[in-house]
Amino acid sequence: MAYSEKVIDHYQNPKNVGTLDKSKANVGTGLVGAPECGDVMRLQIEVDEATGVIKDAKFKTFGCGSAIASSSLATEWLKGKSIDEAITIDNMTIVEELNLPPVKIHCSVLAEDAIKAAINDYRQKNGLETLKFEESVIH
Amino acid sequence: MLKFPIYLDHNATTPCDPRVVDAMIPYFTNNFGNAASRNHPFGWAAEEAVDYAREQVAKLIGADPKEIIFTSGATEGDNLAIKGVYEMYASKGNHIITCNIEHKAVLDTCKHIEKEGGEVTYLKVKDNGLIDPAELEAAIKPTTILIAIMYANNEIGTINPMREISAIARKHGVLLFSDAVQAVGKIPVDVNKDGIDLMAFTAHKMYGPKGVGALYVRRKNPRVKVTAQMDGGGHERGMRSGTLNVPGIVGFGKACEICLAEMEEETKRVSKLRDKLQTELMKVEESYLNGDKEHKLPHVTNISFKYVEGEGLLMGFNKNIALSSGSACTSASLEPSYVLKALGLGDDLAHSSLRFGLGRFTTEDQIDYTVEQVRNTVNKLREMSPLWEMFKEGIDMNSIEWAHH
Repeated sequence: MAYSEKVIDHYQNPKNVGTLDKSKANVGTGLVGAPECGDVMRLQIEVDEATGVIKDAKFKTFGCGSAIASSSLATEWLKGKSIDEAITIDNMTIVEELNLPPVKIHCSVLAEDAIKAAINDYRQKNGLETLKFEESVIH
Repeated sequence: MLKFPIYLDHNATTPCDPRVVDAMIPYFTNNFGNAASRNHPFGWAAEEAVDYAREQVAKLIGADPKEIIFTSGATEGDNLAIKGVYEMYASKGNHIITCNIEHKAVLDTCKHIEKEGGEVTYLKVKDNGLIDPAELEAAIKPTTILIAIMYANNEIGTINPMREISAIARKHGVLLFSDAVQAVGKIPVDVNKDGIDLMAFTAHKMYGPKGVGALYVRRKNPRVKVTAQMDGGGHERGMRSGTLNVPGIVGFGKACEICLAEMEEETKRVSKLRDKLQTELMKVEESYLNGDKEHKLPHVTNISFKYVEGEGLLMGFNKNIALSSGSACTSASLEPSYVLKALGLGDDLAHSSLRFGLGRFTTEDQIDYTVEQVRNTVNKLREMSPLWEMFKEGIDMNSIEWAHH
């Protein structure tokens, strides 16, 4: 199966690879997936406390090229968004942007889950109630 | 100058040797006859060519030409051997013993037998990928009619102790079938010395054409028969009907002849390259060799690079290097290789594996390039792997509650 050019580009030049200081109160971390399943994503957001805007986002991913591209793209989209906007990022927009084939949809689901997990981690750290999300269907 | 892409997936298939192609070409055009046409020169020429190829094939495995049944490939050979014995020897019993890292053509045929009411024992291989002969012997029952054990494994290249296995089969009067696709043409295989009663192999894994293979069926001590799985003109001593693929068979014969003549030299050359590749890649931190180190095909190695995922790893260089991975990140189940799992490897290591299959036309330059590319890509991906970071920080990954899919 051939990868789309956008997937290849993110794989070769991943955006925002790295680690944020998870001990900081304004950093939210989401770790999703499992080594046995062949993909693990860690996505982190750093929120500007004054404006509530995500000022930085980093990822590290163990997985196939589509998983790496999905998380790389997610960090790009997160930067500059408010938390409320970030919550609305849908896996299918990642699928469309990267032209993921059906067998790779789970990579985009994982990225969406990672975003939600990072937001909830941030909310929890700041005394906010964690948001309940509908269970993702495809994994 | 290196020419891309480099092919290192010779367990999947091999290119046709140009000498094989040259031998085949006249049988597409001038000598196009049907080998079963007994009454004219076109048929005679085809029959003569098939007879000659049958000798070439038989010679490679130490068999009599009459013991060679031409098939469309090893999947057909596996089916014909297992189903054919099951039906032919139904009055003697219905139990078959095989193992859990056989090729799907054997495993799925055995599942079919189970649906038909047969009983199948699937032996578990040891951590090194080999059969334990004692366990095999313990599994034999009065109703056992067939032992089906592969000669060498396609993913990890391990070679089973066929002579020990056949001694047990003989002792208990049970027939031994071997899927020898990966072994024939690569290492010395002799059906008499090895004590094999039925054996499937195929041309395209040994520099011959696709779509042609053979099933060896022993004719004496004991005389073995299989029930035909295709009805028709009664070709191949009634065991496999269908007009013979004359050009394919001619090519298969030539491929066998070349393998026999050049095996010793080729093994020396290729195993040296394989050893270099393996030694260099095993220097990479947290790399693991899969399968037995000693009892292994000369051209194969299978290595896991922990904390990077195989398909992602392949993507780093698969424009230039053709390799395969034990990770299947394309199916809904995300199940990694059942062969690697059977060795007791965790799913994480199975997902991190690459299979290297070298071949007749592999060069040292290609190996050097591959080492460099694999090493660089592993390093690059580990830089972006959260698992690698945890490993480096000394975090116990078993202590983490993973969200399992």
